[in-house]
Parts: sequence; structure tokens; C-alpha cells
Amino acid sequence: MSIELKHVSYRYSPGTVYEMRALEHIDLSIPDGQFIGIIGHTGSGKSTLIQLLNGLLKPSEGQVLYNGEDIWGEGFSRKKLRGQVGLVFQYPEHQLFEMDVLKDVCFGPKNQGLGQAEAEEQARKALEHVGMPKELFGKSPFELSGGQKKRAAIAGVLAMNPRILILDEPAAGLDPGGRDEILSQIAILHRTRKMAIVLVSHSMEDVARYVERIVVLNEGRVAFDDEPRKVFAHYKELERMGLAAPEITYVMHDLKARGLQVDTGAITIEEAKESILKALKGERR
Amino acid sequence: MIRDITLGQYYPADSVLHRLDPRTKFVGTLLFVISLFIFHTFPGYGAATIFLAGMIVLSKVPVSFMFRGLKAILVILLFTVVFNMLLTPGRVIWQLGLLKITWEGMMQAGRMAIRLVYLVVGSSIMTLTTTPNQLTNGLENLMGPLNRIHVPVHEIAMMMSIALRFIPILMEETDKIMKAQMARGADFESGNIIQKAKNMIPLLVPLFVSAFRRANDLAMAMEARCYHGGEGRTQMKPLQYKGRDYAAYGILMGYMALSIVFRIWGI
Amino acid sequence: MGIIRARKLGFDFYRYDENGRIQEASHAVRSVDLDIEAGQFAAVLGRNGSGKSTLAKHMNALLIPTEGVLWVDGMDTCQESELWKIRQKAGMVFQNPDNQIIGTVVEEDVGFGPENMGVPTEDIWKRVDDSLKAVGMTAYRYHSPNKLSGGQKQRVAIAGVMAMRPRCIVLDEPTAMLDPNGRKEVLKALRELNQKEQVTVILITHYMEEVVYADKVFVMDQGELMMQGSPREIFSRVEEMKKCGLDVPQVTMLAHELRKSGLKLPEDILTREELVDALCQLS
Repeated sequence: MSIELKHVSYRYSPGTVYEMRALEHIDLSIPDGQFIGIIGHTGSGKSTLIQLLNGLLKPSEGQVLYNGEDIWGEGFSRKKLRGQVGLVFQYPEHQLFEMDVLKDVCFGPKNQGLGQAEAEEQARKALEHVGMPKELFGKSPFELSGGQKKRAAIAGVLAMNPRILILDEPAAGLDPGGRDEILSQIAILHRTRKMAIVLVSHSMEDVARYVERIVVLNEGRVAFDDEPRKVFAHYKELERMGLAAPEITYVMHDLKARGLQVDTGAITIEEAKESILKALKGERR
Repeated sequence: MIRDITLGQYYPADSVLHRLDPRTKFVGTLLFVISLFIFHTFPGYGAATIFLAGMIVLSKVPVSFMFRGLKAILVILLFTVVFNMLLTPGRVIWQLGLLKITWEGMMQAGRMAIRLVYLVVGSSIMTLTTTPNQLTNGLENLMGPLNRIHVPVHEIAMMMSIALRFIPILMEETDKIMKAQMARGADFESGNIIQKAKNMIPLLVPLFVSAFRRANDLAMAMEARCYHGGEGRTQMKPLQYKGRDYAAYGILMGYMALSIVFRIWGI
Repeated sequence: MGIIRARKLGFDFYRYDENGRIQEASHAVRSVDLDIEAGQFAAVLGRNGSGKSTLAKHMNALLIPTEGVLWVDGMDTCQESELWKIRQKAGMVFQNPDNQIIGTVVEEDVGFGPENMGVPTEDIWKRVDDSLKAVGMTAYRYHSPNKLSGGQKQRVAIAGVMAMRPRCIVLDEPTAMLDPNGRKEVLKALRELNQKEQVTVILITHYMEEVVYADKVFVMDQGELMMQGSPREIFSRVEEMKKCGLDVPQVTMLAHELRKSGLKLPEDILTREELVDALCQLS
């Protein structure tokens, strides 16, 4: 199971004065079970990219392959594809519409042709997996808090049993507590359901803690595609793109410059702590 | 992208007509439409044609834009012409069974066609050279006297301009909601009419919820910026007649006088 | 005397059932005492639902306290006769940039406030020019707000408030819907306004980075004012901040962790330079 972009370009309103190049010659593959972060500032092509992955947009050039099959080829069902490649957009308000949370989450499975009982079973499972408390299942989705709405929206896509889950800015608008909760919930999902996860974000700090691979987009092209510590080593280039490495990376580089033998590849607080303690011990000896 | 759709059909250019006060343009369009019904002979329509052609040249808007509006009324136009040709009694010039075309019918059809086409082109000149905002502003000003009979003119104008600002935003939002639901397997295209209507619910509910939320937010933002109705309000861009507007009114008067003279002399 | 002053401020929300009986009462804000001096850059931190937005709306008399008093520049917000004066003195910027811009052209939107106040036409133009300049949006004055970025829209909204010549601006999570660059843009504009125009800024937010430069920080949780002080004082109380559902800057967090592991670091480290210096002194 995999998605592959082969030489994909995308233009908005081609052939008009408003023509805008959003993506240029993207080659990317998303293998089974990987946890990937896509980073880029507004206008770098992130949201175009994820809509190409589940066939909401059609590439102007190039191919999108799902398990080797062209998703725009004849006879390919993109509706089925969207059940396999789940996409959760940034604003849960754009999808919640039913009388209660459970019914809303049933919407996806029902569209896949499941009966009431089956759909409900899927929905319950999905809601449990996103950590939604049982007593909220019967509540109107409009009465939920921001973080709960996000969970309901993710469950709405999860209930279709996708193999890949793409999340656009799942932490946007949440307070620090809510942000940590939703991100660690996603990490749990990745482990328990063994699905591939694509996390789109502006925040290096958020991404650094969870993903095993980072794709940096800049002006419609892939600027970096590597494991986090290797990507953050290019922090100067990242800055030029209007992005920044986690604050920790800077601390480690500064310490190294002042002669302390620390690991500049540390990107989380825990890693930094270990490395600094070790370096200080080394000094004293 | 939906964002780029211009509302109304304003064509940005730098011309005398663009710079005229919206009230002048509004009154001018109204008078022109009246003139089309005062003129009733072909020499008269000739005069109207010259006037209209002059305005098109002055507006600096490509002619093709002027006639775009005609597409919308094409069916009505055809009906009017055909019915007038076939149903007006008079001197028969062509006959096939029960269908007959009369000379008077031809003339009547021609008159109606000219009036309709000129009416649409004439008002297109106004909408092409005036931004929706100016138009609202002009209307508010012209309708001002209605305030005395308790028509909330200012409020209506405010509503119109808020609608103008929010329609593109809501259109973009519609697009986003559709995509979010399609990602959950929604289908907005297939099925019969009833099925299609039912399929719209997942689109309409979030859209309405969002529209109400926006309305609520906007009301609060307006209050926070001291909005309390039209009373005691000043204007940043008050409408003011300039020299060119008086000149325009002069030309309009001359044109109207001509149409009345034509009518009295029976030309 | 402070420009914003609250004593025992309380606000209750009620939810009614169909028969008009109170179904649920919640205390959005409870017994808050707060003083903000003129010219300060103050920040109110708190998680979602902590009551910080409710508090902000009181400063513009969009909400009237159900208990206690709030004065804006000496005026009691309960007095209806002062309503428009209060709203002019304490301008307000909201979270969603789209839902607070009224005009279809940038400059017309900025002129909206002064129009409502009955300012003469020439004066409106001057105010619009000044305000657009103050937030660095003069180049966009003829643009449609729909084509601006989020950060630019918020700057237009700030200009719209500045055109009313307020003494203080209350911003209710103005950056929550923006990307990092937009957030920086708005913060920069606010700091400049505060320094150059001496406008009091009251920033409601849940982003830690944004309050590092504030003169004073108030932390709200569950409707109550839990802590107040300089950013340094506030952020040194890492555990308490976590309890309020908040965070501290990563550098402060790292210093806190290192101290827990036995390193002798000062408690109030806020910036990267401070941490690096302190660590180098240890070695």
C-alpha cells in the first residue's frame, strides 16, 4: 500500500490571467505506516498537495499513483480512494452537520455503503480511538469545545477505515494543552491502527516531537525530504524560507559554538537535556 | 480561484463615465430608458443610437462587454420579435398556412427589439463603469427622501454593501465545505432531484451555521466600532457633484428635449 | 489612575430551558481585580474557556458585569450614557479577521469607525492616512480586503480601531487564526503602536512567545485571575502554568528540566542567550 506522486505539477485557473503555479514537479512517495510531517509557510503548496493525494484536485501534469494505479485513470473510483486516503481539513466547522456526534461520524461509513448497524459500530470505534468521552456521543456537535470538535472531525474520517490519514493543521487554534492532547492522540492512532499519517503544520516544534520524516515545501517545490534532525541541520536555509528550526536547535548550536560538546541534532527538550547533562559531565572530568 | 470573481460586472478603466457621480449615471440611465419609449420612429431611434454609441466610446469599455448582457435576455428577445411579427394585424407580406407576417408586425417587432437591446446595453454601461459600492452609495443618496416616510434607507444600503463583501467569502467557504464532505465520501453530483436535494444537507448546514456565526461576529465588531445606525453619521467619501456632472446633466437635458421635440413633430 | 480598572468583577452566563427557567448557570469570570496602567503592553493568558475573552469584552462594554465594577479611563461601563465614549476610548480587535472588516476597500473600512463617531470628512481622511501608516498598510489602501493575507487583514482591523483615536486597544486572540508569519507581523505592529503612539495594548492570547515582551502578564483560569506579574515572574512558575493548561517558552522549559536534574541554573531564564550564558558559566 502506498501513494506515489510522479512529476506532479498543479496550476490554478490555467490559461487565464489568474493562472497561478501552486506545485512544480513533485516526486514523493508515502509508504505504508510512515508518520510524515509536511511543513511550509502559507502559499507553499501544502494544501494543494494534500488535495492531490486523495483526488480532490487533478494534477495539471504528472501522475498520482495509489498502489501503482493511476487515480485519474479510466475506471478508477476516486470515491473509494477517499475512504482509503482519509483527509481531515483544518476547520471541523466545515464538516460537522448532524444532530449528534455519533450520527455525524456515521456519515462517512454510510457513504461507503455500510448499513446502519455496521456504520455505527465503525463510528463508535473511531470515536473511542480519538479519545472522545462516551457521554458526548449523543451531544450536538455544535455544542462541543474547539478540541472536541477537532476530535469529532478526525473520527468522521477515521470511521471510513483509511490506510492513510492526512491532517491539515490539526492543532491550529487550540491552546497549548489542547494542542499537546490532540497531537499525542494522533501519535497513539499511528501506533494502534498502524496507519500512515501525514501531518501538515506550520510549527516545527509540533512536528519535531512526533514524525519520522519531514517534507519541507517552498514555493511549490520539495525543499527537503529527510528525517527531522537532518532537516533541522539546514536551519539557516529554513529561515530563508520563512520557517525556523525548533528553538532547541538554536540553543544547541549556540552551546556548541561556545565550546560545549553537545549534540546539535537534538530537537526535543528531552534529547537536549540528556545531551547537555552528558556534555557538562564530560567537561568536569 | 473563487476569490477572484468580481462581483457585479464592474470593468475597471479610467474614463469620464467611470469618474461621474453614481447618481448622475443612475439618473442618466433612467432618462435614457424613458427616451426609448418617447421615441417611436426610426429617425428617433437613430438619435438614440448616436447617443448610446457616444456613451460606449466614452466609457472605454470593450464593446463585447456591453453586449454580454444580451445573452441573458436572448430568449425573451426572440419571443417578443416572433410574436410581434406573427400576431400584429395589417398588410400581409408573407404567408404560410395560418402563419402570416405583416408589414406592421415587422415594424413593431423592430421597435420592440431596439428598445429591449438598448435598454440592456444602456444599463450595462452604468454597471460596467460603477463599482457595486458606488452604486449602493448613489442609491442611498437618491432614495434619501424616502427616509421621511420611514423607509430605513441607510440600513438597506448598509445591508447591501455588507452582502457585497461577504458573498465572495461565503462562496469560498462553500467550496471548502464541499471538499471536506467529499473527503468523507459525499456525492453532490449523481442521483435524481430528490436525492440531490438530500445530498445538499451536509453542505447547507455547516454553511448556515457559519453564516450566522459571521453575522453575529460582524454585529459585535460593528458595535465595538461605535456603529449605531445612520443617525449622526458622517461620510468619508460624501457624494459631491463636480463640473463634469453638471455638463452630463446638460447633455441629458438636451437629449431629452430632442426626444420630446421628435415626438411632437411626429418624426 | 489605571486606564482599565476592575474590582470584584464577575460575569455569569445563564442557559434557559423552554419555560424560561434557568437550566445552567456558569461563572465565566469570578471576582477579578485588575489594574492596567496607561501606556502599558499588557497580556492576558489563559486556555480556551478560561474566561479571558469574556473579560476582554467587558473592556469595550460589549458585556456589562453582573457583579463588581469595571472602569475604562475612569468611566463605569455600567453607565449607558458613556457607552459610545467607552467604545471609542477602548477599541477592540477580534479573532476572525474576515468577520470584522466591513468595507469592500481597505481605506473605506478604516474610515468606518470615525464615520460612526460623526467626525468631519477631512478629518476622517487624515485619521485614515495616519492609521494606515501606523500599521504599515498604506500601500494596500485601495485593495479589497478579500485579497489580503490574514496578518494584513488583522493590521487593517487594527488601523480601523486606531482611526478612532483610542487610548487603549483590546485584542481578543488576534493571532489565533494566523500563520507564524502573520502572527509576527501583527505583534510587530502592536509593539510599534505601543512604543511610538503610546497606545495601551491589551493582548488576549494563548501563545507564550507573544507575551515575552509584555510589561505585565495576567493569567486566567476557570474564570479567575490566577497570576499576574512580569513575563519573567510568570514563566518561572512552570508547574503552575502547566496546571492552567498553558505552556512556557521552550528555553524556559529546558532550563526548568535541567534544574530538576540538579544543575544550578537561575529560575527566571527566558531567552536563548540567557540559557546559553548560564550553561557556559557552569562548565
